[in-house]
Amino acid sequence: MSKEEPTPRLAVLGAGVMGTSITTLALIHGVPVVLVESDPEKRAGARARVERELRTAQLLGARPDIPEGELVISASAADCRGADVVIEAITEESGLKVKALTEVDAAVGADTALVTNTSSIPVDELAEALPHPGNLLGVHFMNPSYLIRTVEVIRGSRTGERALASVERLLTALGRRGVRVGDGPGFVTSRVLHRMINDAARVVQEGRATAEDVDTLMQECLGHRTGPLRTADLIGIDNLVDSLKVLHERTGDEGCRPCELLLRKVADGELGRKSGRGFYTYAVGL
Amino acid sequence: MSNPTADRQLTAEGVAAELQKFLRERTKTDWEPDTDLFASGSVSSMFAMELVVHVEQTFKVAIAGPDLKIDNFRTVNAMTALVLRLARADDTA
Ligand SMILES: NC(=O)c1ccc[n+]([C@@H]2O[C@H](COP(=O)([O-])OP(=O)(O)OC[C@H]3O[C@@H](n4cnc5c(N)ncnc54)[C@H](O)[C@@H]3O)[C@@H](O)[C@H]2O)c1
Repeated sequence: MSKEEPTPRLAVLGAGVMGTSITTLALIHGVPVVLVESDPEKRAGARARVERELRTAQLLGARPDIPEGELVISASAADCRGADVVIEAITEESGLKVKALTEVDAAVGADTALVTNTSSIPVDELAEALPHPGNLLGVHFMNPSYLIRTVEVIRGSRTGERALASVERLLTALGRRGVRVGDGPGFVTSRVLHRMINDAARVVQEGRATAEDVDTLMQECLGHRTGPLRTADLIGIDNLVDSLKVLHERTGDEGCRPCELLLRKVADGELGRKSGRGFYTYAVGL
Repeated sequence: MSNPTADRQLTAEGVAAELQKFLRERTKTDWEPDTDLFASGSVSSMFAMELVVHVEQTFKVAIAGPDLKIDNFRTVNAMTALVLRLARADDTA
């Protein structure tokens, strides 16, 4: 972090896969975080999940040699008060996000930047329902956020310069590089990746290849780092299905309609890494 | 309360065999003791944390500080050396 810039104060909404991962990224860069989670059970386990991610970051050499930021866990959006940037990383559902961001807006000052980590909902769609639409922009962190250095930055048509500048300061403090793209369903990465994962799952559904074979081919022939179905497990299949629904509803692209196999896995609680089983099995919670 | 480490009879062969069994189950591949698990790309770096937790739980050791680094988990031999060193440190503590 540069000497002249004060350490940004960050609040994160949602202690799920992404909220935990983004919080870890901030803490290892010395940035203090208020992590707000509405579900009591999720909240109770939040600190332990962050601890595990901190260990993973250290194991994989992603941890700078600086003192860790302080973590406060809270049940209330009111505790976002005083933050320079609030990152919303809650469930992928437009109504829930608008409600949560409106609560945050009421708690923070007019100069706090609001960031949505949505995978697919257009920034403008969320902004138009907020009291200060100019304060909102999209930053699409990937999972695990502390290993992936590049983020997709989405400026909505009403996003103001001040919000953009605050978020750029935060990204610098976090050692991330933003690539700015236009607004629209799924932006770039989800639009391309989620449809592709849906196709990969459909191939398995049709019995033409196993999940392992799909991933092996995509990795070894096409250079995909982890394979689409291992990626689905890492994302969380429930979140993937929510994102595909957003894409399907907003683009009409039938390729984005979540396939039966993905829907069945969600119904069976096979959500991927976070539930211990998806296309593959995992030690629970890893 | 009994010392959880006192009745451990850890040998390099025993530790290595257990690790190879676990790796075979989880990756469906046989691993030579000196093969880098992560070099081929067939084992993801995210699996590394699962290995850490498995090693801690199975051999009742705590891995922290400078020991928590990927180089200690690259090969069965490296993990075995770590486990024996930590268990010995525990027993003499
Ligand atoms: N999983 C990924 O790989 C990934 C990657 C990029 C972006 N995203 C996006 O990030 C967001 C979060 O995804 P996730 O995978 O972490 O989901 P998740 O289901 O793992 O976690 C969401 C969390 O938000 C909590 N929550 C819901 N409403 C809340 C509120 N009003 N206040 C506080 N907490 C609330 C839920 O209880 C849950 O713990 C989604 O918009 C998703 O599309 C996900």
